Amino acid sequence: MSDTPSLRTEFCGLELGSPILNGSGTFDAIAARRVFGDEAVRVGSFPFGGYVSKTITEEARVGNPPFRTWETPAGMINSIGLPNLGLEGFLEAQLPELRELPVPLIVSVMASDRDGFARIIGRLSAAGGIDAFELNVSCPNVHSGLIVGERPEETAGLLDRLRPLTERPLIVKLTPNVASPELIASAAEAGGADAVSLVNTLKATAIDPDSDRPWLGAGSGGLSGPAIRPIALQQVRAVAAEVSIPVVGMGGVTDGQSAYDFIRAGATVVAVGTENFRDPLAGLGVMRGLEEVLREKGVEDLGAIRGNTLS
Amino acid sequence: MPPERPLPPLGRRLAPVTASWADGAYRVLEVSDEEGPEPLPGQFYMVTEAPDWEGSSGRPYLPRAISFAAAEVRGDGVSLEFLLDEVGPGTRALSALTEGSQVWLTGPLGSPFSDPGEVTEGALGAVIVGGGIGIAPLAALRRSLVQKGIASRTLLGFREPAAAGGVDRLFGCEEVRVAYESGDDSPARVTDLLARVLAGDSVGATAVYSCGPPGMLEAVRQMCAGADVGVELALESPMACGYGACFGCAVPKPDGGFLRLCIDGPVVRGDAITTACAGEAP
Repeated sequence: MSDTPSLRTEFCGLELGSPILNGSGTFDAIAARRVFGDEAVRVGSFPFGGYVSKTITEEARVGNPPFRTWETPAGMINSIGLPNLGLEGFLEAQLPELRELPVPLIVSVMASDRDGFARIIGRLSAAGGIDAFELNVSCPNVHSGLIVGERPEETAGLLDRLRPLTERPLIVKLTPNVASPELIASAAEAGGADAVSLVNTLKATAIDPDSDRPWLGAGSGGLSGPAIRPIALQQVRAVAAEVSIPVVGMGGVTDGQSAYDFIRAGATVVAVGTENFRDPLAGLGVMRGLEEVLREKGVEDLGAIRGNTLS
Repeated sequence: MPPERPLPPLGRRLAPVTASWADGAYRVLEVSDEEGPEPLPGQFYMVTEAPDWEGSSGRPYLPRAISFAAAEVRGDGVSLEFLLDEVGPGTRALSALTEGSQVWLTGPLGSPFSDPGEVTEGALGAVIVGGGIGIAPLAALRRSLVQKGIASRTLLGFREPAAAGGVDRLFGCEEVRVAYESGDDSPARVTDLLARVLAGDSVGATAVYSCGPPGMLEAVRQMCAGADVGVELALESPMACGYGACFGCAVPKPDGGFLRLCIDGPVVRGDAITTACAGEAP
């Protein structure tokens, strides 16, 4: 047995040096480089094995009015509102720098209908330099009024529209705000998705003790952090048992043990989200912690334990 | 051009608490940062109790963004002073730390104050306007202006005299005027002191620097705009990360959209925002 277990992971045809990704919207690689310098994006110190961008929409968005965050016991609620430069702004101002990252680039996208998704995927595919797409489906379809990711038929319909447009992997980001996420996952798989990622945040709100009104400018938001980890773990386990495509597990991952738990529950790779806010190098810490857990347990590679708690 | 920001080490690091004491209504936490660069006035750190928050209720969970009030290079690193007001679980936990404890530090982060000439064209001197716990970054600024030989007047406001402990130590006694809302003397508000200064003759050659409660900051911002005097404000906002990742610390810009206060601030020009009261109940 080697001293250092291998964390190299094949995910949707991508070779990842580490099975630790960031959750979309929890690490801005461009801002991190601006703050901490080039070391933040260098091989060896960049904290993730693959980078997931903040969600891109067709038109630029400024995001929600303040306040946007609220600390909870072992977590936080956010209602950021997907601020982003829009498709053209992303292509011009951000994609060139993100292409330079030392790891595969996964771009998260969202639109209000299937054609909008199709236009974004088409344009980004043509631009090149993107290794995979994550579909943020926690939004209403303007035509049906239904949250795409809450309905199997909406999810399948979206995949039907997008699958012919790109050979790049399509990852569907699942919402936990449904009774049975495995039904949505199955619909995504049937529609040709290459992977699913879960969980997104849980719907949540907070009341300002001084004004007795909702604290968040948008009224409500999504809960993340260790507070949701047991829920996320169960949903990952349920989804992994149902689909044969790889699963990106996330929800309150803070250390090696919690990453290990998600892999045991069936995740192929694990994403770190809120913990990045507490430590810019959380991704590296989780990776090293995972190595340590595997070493202690005498596990040589992740494939030997993945999904072992499914039965 | 604003001063070049010192490059913080990537990631958070442990730093020992070297002292803590009560100073008026606030608590001072002195930390020895053995890895980071010397910060510039106006910058802040994300600070967390170490080895980790131990609140039995699960809070505090996130680090807290705190501007430094003093920084001094010593043999083994940079000695940092943070002023703490116990307003919630985070500041309560940090206030309970004593010599021998440790904190996690990330930083220095954010934009520092500019020199007076960058704030108001031709300005050679400065007026510093602080309220309450907001005096912290201004104390660091004042010391730096003294070192550069730049003349400044300091106007500070507190709810009551007991809150002003530590002012002499942090600012020195010269050219400091203090107003108390609870006092019998007039004026009672620091903005009244500022109004007198702005009505003076030399106002055109002055830069104003301010930090304090949102209502005070907004008044200062509007007074300076009315007097055509440049002002830099050190703003506060709930921040989860401090380095541009969470997009939580949104402050409205005049052209629509929001600043990310952690990387576009916390020091901003008065005309770079639409209000210093963003998120406050109307």
